[in-house]
Amino acid sequence: MRRFLDRYWYAYAMVLPVVVVIAVLVLYPLAQGVYFTFTNINEGNIANPVLDRPASYDVVGFKNYLNILSGGDSYGAFWGTLVRTLVWTFACVFFHYTIGLGLAMLLNRQVAGRSLYRVLLILPWAVPAFISAFAWKYMFNAQYGIINQVLRAIGLPDPVWLGQSDWALVSVIIVNVWLGTPFMMVALLGGLQSIPGDLYEAAEVDGATPWQRFRHVTLPGLRSVSSTVILLGIIWTFNMFPVIYLVAGPNPNTRILVTYAFERFFSGASRDYAIASTYGVLILSVLLVFAAVYRRALRKQGEVW
Amino acid sequence: MTLDASSLQVVRAPERRLRRTDRSKGASALLHGALVIASIISVFPIFWVFVTSLKPDARAVEPTPKLWNESSLDNYSRVLAGEKGDFLAWFGNSVVIALLTTVLGVFISATAGYAASRFRFPGKRGLMMSFLLVQMFPFAVLIVPLYNILIALGLNGSTIGLVLVYCTTAVPFCTYMLKGYFDTVPADIDEAGRVDGLSPFGVFWRLIMPLAKPGLAVTAFYAFLTAWGEVAFASAFLSAADESKTLAVGLQVFVQQNRTEWGHLAAASILVAIPAIVVFYLVQRFLVQGLASGAVKG
Repeated sequence: MRRFLDRYWYAYAMVLPVVVVIAVLVLYPLAQGVYFTFTNINEGNIANPVLDRPASYDVVGFKNYLNILSGGDSYGAFWGTLVRTLVWTFACVFFHYTIGLGLAMLLNRQVAGRSLYRVLLILPWAVPAFISAFAWKYMFNAQYGIINQVLRAIGLPDPVWLGQSDWALVSVIIVNVWLGTPFMMVALLGGLQSIPGDLYEAAEVDGATPWQRFRHVTLPGLRSVSSTVILLGIIWTFNMFPVIYLVAGPNPNTRILVTYAFERFFSGASRDYAIASTYGVLILSVLLVFAAVYRRALRKQGEVW
Repeated sequence: MTLDASSLQVVRAPERRLRRTDRSKGASALLHGALVIASIISVFPIFWVFVTSLKPDARAVEPTPKLWNESSLDNYSRVLAGEKGDFLAWFGNSVVIALLTTVLGVFISATAGYAASRFRFPGKRGLMMSFLLVQMFPFAVLIVPLYNILIALGLNGSTIGLVLVYCTTAVPFCTYMLKGYFDTVPADIDEAGRVDGLSPFGVFWRLIMPLAKPGLAVTAFYAFLTAWGEVAFASAFLSAADESKTLAVGLQVFVQQNRTEWGHLAAASILVAIPAIVVFYLVQRFLVQGLASGAVKG
């Protein structure tokens, strides 16, 4: 034990603050949240220190899971919502990645005014998300929003973007793509800069076409950056709550798993903490399965991550 | 040596010029065209908020918007004068909370990232995995348990409580980034420092931290934005008293019910965005380098 401490004490001293904060403020609440999923806890029966009222909720076993997984409308139509969440996640991450990569490749060339372009293109990342959400909500407005005015002016149909139709989902995807592309662009730009230039020269000497250079030099060179940012992007987008909630409000057409958990949590007369927590655990399970599959797929291709 | 370098340059110079002119006029125009369009899309929403912020509320919802319509700085002076709530107090709260989150978050993720980069210790893998796990759990669902804990710790409604909560959001990502960044700093530097008689903490603090500026800048930016723009926790944990709100919570007063006061909201939004953009401007030249090495190795 002594030798163990002698050897590692400074490593542990350095990770201790993080471990304490994470354990107290994440893992313990997480455990409590998992416990809540087996109860019928809500606003009416939770312990309330302000009113000095003790907790009176009961353990109900797997009832919450059964209710949700049977897919009933009164429990958020789980399967439909899951599909919408997947559509939302993959659409967003696909556009984040492709647009981010495209812009990163443009910026990675010798081009006049490169640093100005770079600053302008990263700007959406710098603006707090709730401000961007206001801005887009204003621009998407069906009557006085600038987007529809422009569409009308050039004679295109002007849909009610944030109404009760799938246009609302398209709208929030547009907003989220706008918000998230700078992060991808910056990460991929850094990745591009770390690819040695002589690889391209060698490929050129060998007579590779631009497309071949992209496929056989650029993409492999970006492999490790890409695998990290795509995984992070998927996790973040899957759980992206503020964009949808602030732009579209509690609209069933933009409902994804997280926003429904939040709705159960905050709205309604009896805030249903049990159902919200059950949704949380289901989200976590989906992401864990995904991350495990993703890791395995990468490992098969010889990635060390 | 000098001869070598200069002769190299002679060889290199025409080649580079060739590469530049290599691109035809048309390709060049396309490249700039694409970048200009992307920049416009990227900046326009912010620009439009700015334009709106100068208009009276009634002019913000006109059927054909003009760039300039009865514009003035009226909205700004009203917002700053606290007509709709104690804007300056919210601003102060947000600054304090965001700066504390940045300093604390960067510091603890730097120590953890350094330990994870340099030392092999039992539990390291588990630690890094738990960071990934933390990102996966929807935080909205932690609010009730967190609320209970903050009450138990006596931190409910306090600045420190909120700062700690924000750190849990920011630290996992920051630690990943910084670990990756520290991996790119050669370990020889640590050894040289140890030989010169520095303790492991001395090496970290006096040698590695100054070298890791780009990585630290990215994480600082991220931690600052996390705290500056967060809505859900701030509305759940801070007391309802007007003067204890943050900007993200306070601004909701402009969006109440069916009538949004767009002009005022826009002016307030611009005021909120300014500090974030200042921080962005300070760190932007480090962003690419810092994020890349973190993500490459992460």
